[in-house]
Amino acid sequence: MAEVLVLIDHADGEPRKLSLQLLTAAKQLAEDSGDTVAAVWLGPGASDAAERLGSFGADKLYHWDSDDAYGYVTLPQVEALEAALEASGADTLFFASSNHVKDVAARLAIRVGAGVITDVTGLAPGDDGRLVATKEVFGGEKITESSVAADAKQFIGIASNAFAAEEDGSGAPETVALDVELSEAATAATVVSVEKVASADRPDIGEAAIVVAGGRGLGDESKFGLMEQLADVLGAGVGASRAATDAGWYPHRYQIGQTGRTISPMLYIGAGISGAIQHRAGMQTSQHIVAINKDPEAPIFQIADFGVVGDLNQVVPKLTEELTSRKG
Amino acid sequence: MKVLVPVKRVPDTAGEKSFDPNDRTVDRESVESVLCPVNEFAIEEAVRLKENHGAEVTVLLVGPESAQPVVRKALSYGLDAGLQITDDAIAGSDALGTARVIAKALEGQEFDVVLFGNQSTDARTCLVPAAVAELLGLPSLTYARHLEVGEGKVTVHREHEEGWDVVESTLPAVVSVVEAINEPRYPSFKGIMAAKSKPLEVSSLADLGVEPDQVGLANAAASVHEVRDRPPKEAGTIVEDDGSGSAAAQLADWMVEKKFV
Ligand SMILES: Cc1cc2nc3c(=O)[nH]c(=O)nc-3n(C[C@H](O)[C@H](O)[C@H](O)COP(=O)(O)OP(=O)(O)OC[C@H]3O[C@@H](n4cnc5c(N)ncnc54)[C@H](O)[C@@H]3O)c2cc1C
Ligand SMILES: Cc1cc2nc3c(=O)[nH]c(=O)nc-3n(C[C@H](O)[C@H](O)[C@H](O)COP(=O)(O)OP(=O)(O)OC[C@H]3O[C@@H](n4cnc5c(N)ncnc54)[C@H](O)[C@@H]3O)c2cc1C
Repeated sequence: MAEVLVLIDHADGEPRKLSLQLLTAAKQLAEDSGDTVAAVWLGPGASDAAERLGSFGADKLYHWDSDDAYGYVTLPQVEALEAALEASGADTLFFASSNHVKDVAARLAIRVGAGVITDVTGLAPGDDGRLVATKEVFGGEKITESSVAADAKQFIGIASNAFAAEEDGSGAPETVALDVELSEAATAATVVSVEKVASADRPDIGEAAIVVAGGRGLGDESKFGLMEQLADVLGAGVGASRAATDAGWYPHRYQIGQTGRTISPMLYIGAGISGAIQHRAGMQTSQHIVAINKDPEAPIFQIADFGVVGDLNQVVPKLTEELTSRKG
Repeated sequence: MKVLVPVKRVPDTAGEKSFDPNDRTVDRESVESVLCPVNEFAIEEAVRLKENHGAEVTVLLVGPESAQPVVRKALSYGLDAGLQITDDAIAGSDALGTARVIAKALEGQEFDVVLFGNQSTDARTCLVPAAVAELLGLPSLTYARHLEVGEGKVTVHREHEEGWDVVESTLPAVVSVVEAINEPRYPSFKGIMAAKSKPLEVSSLADLGVEPDQVGLANAAASVHEVRDRPPKEAGTIVEDDGSGSAAAQLADWMVEKKFV
């Protein structure tokens, strides 16, 4: 019986939503193959999170409690994860296909001889015992199936919201503290400070189930207030088109598209966004798409499941009102 | 100060992309190719290092001979020299294979900073910069929204979901930049003319000392074995707002029906 590893990405002591989705996906695959799931938690907070990780599918939890995990750039995480890989003998690692975590996977892959597949939205066991990973590429125009060669470890980066996180009622996992001795190189790049500017009560667009996005059609910065009010009734994240971030109306971090972030929420609601191909490249794989635009010819309507042709200044506040009253 | 800027040739997003039916790699000849737009931000940052620190900047591209106009395009922004690694054996490499070629090419160069784009606009794995840093044993200061290079030291603001980390390291270092870092200028007419006569060296894998069994489709640890079109989407419901607010009510009903509320 082999172990598969799941690297848990976390913030403020809480596993990110995507990490719980990873655990459930790993658990389902492991059950079919008779493997077990071991989570890896780097940095302080493992003991508080253990039970929760167990209930989402972790049979075991490798942890390294040192502040160094995030005190230096990337390498301490690489070295601790390498220790977990050694301790477990795992051939498969699941990781969150998000920016900083991809760096950890890339560096470790070079060290241990792995192949990395990023942005995976579907997984199935292949005939040869290797995983077959599905990706939606070119902004969702094409779907590919990829695998990692038999002589390499398989590092699979999973996209947000591709798998549902499900509690299976299991208890706390067995915990194993990792013994990590950092190399000199690992402490060469120091994190001097962390600037947190995002609203703490709004989810990040990368993991939010619902994302509300505003574009040039908003007309000015203040109109993002309308989008935020809509978002807050839905518990949604707020994103923007490049026209809006370029204008300085909303931070670049929230830019959706080819040169911004790729999101795949259950529901995307775009207002005042035309749906340029570069924008679609970042949101076309959303499970449901809603467009609010005053131009019936706007390309975004071609991919919309529900479209409202109208002035967003009317439609968005009205929608917020309607949703508030339906929530009761 | 010496700066290396690795750039990628990508299919123009506005064109239709296709995979070669034989080996399921991207068919790069079928659409118009361009300098990856994300690399323009790295180039702008390099030009600023030239202006403020007198940096000498070399652009590096791994790709077939037909990608040479992309190297010239990069030079037209005012960079000093080009290096292109061309070899049939490279075709179909995975991100780590590509990183191996780039790392080998960098080993033969002197540099203080390598300036990547954080991603490419076609494959978008974001794996290459960190993999190259690992191969060279250097820090990977990726997703930079702000960069300062001082005496033997580099400071970067690394963008993340909640904001950014201010990070510092010694030089040399590998950096990747996000779009927020600057506003790229266009190449000048003078730059475009000068690019034609800038030195451009073309090397093969043998020149770099890369064994062909390290790269290419046959040696890629990760490879694609099937490509299909995404099934066409069913046409959605479109309603027009007549000013009465009924459209918003219909949308709210739909959202309730889909269990988003
Ligand atoms: C290399 C490159 C990379 C790019 N990367 C990205 C990227 O990552 N993300 C991205 O988003 N874009 C990107 N772009 C830009 C992209 O091409 C578009 O220019 C951009 O997406 C347009 O933003 P928009 O839809 O907000 O604005 P517009 O295209 O100007 O659309 C505004 C829309 O608002 C509608 N509107 C106006 N007023 C109202 C109103 N009162 N009520 C309702 N609707 C209204 C209009 O009908 C129009 O459809 C990139 C471009 C290039 C060249
Ligand atoms: C649709 C698609 C999906 C793919 N998925 C995977 C996958 O999951 N795993 C995998 O290992 N490979 C994958 N590949 C192969 C991979 O894209 C190529 O190996 C590519 O050369 C490098 O990856 P990237 O474009 O994702 O680079 P990224 O890491 O996204 O690019 C970051 C930066 O690296 C530099 N760079 C990238 N390529 C070059 C180059 N050729 N020359 C100079 N500088 C360069 C640029 O500065 C660029 O801005 C995929 C390819 C395609 C077409």
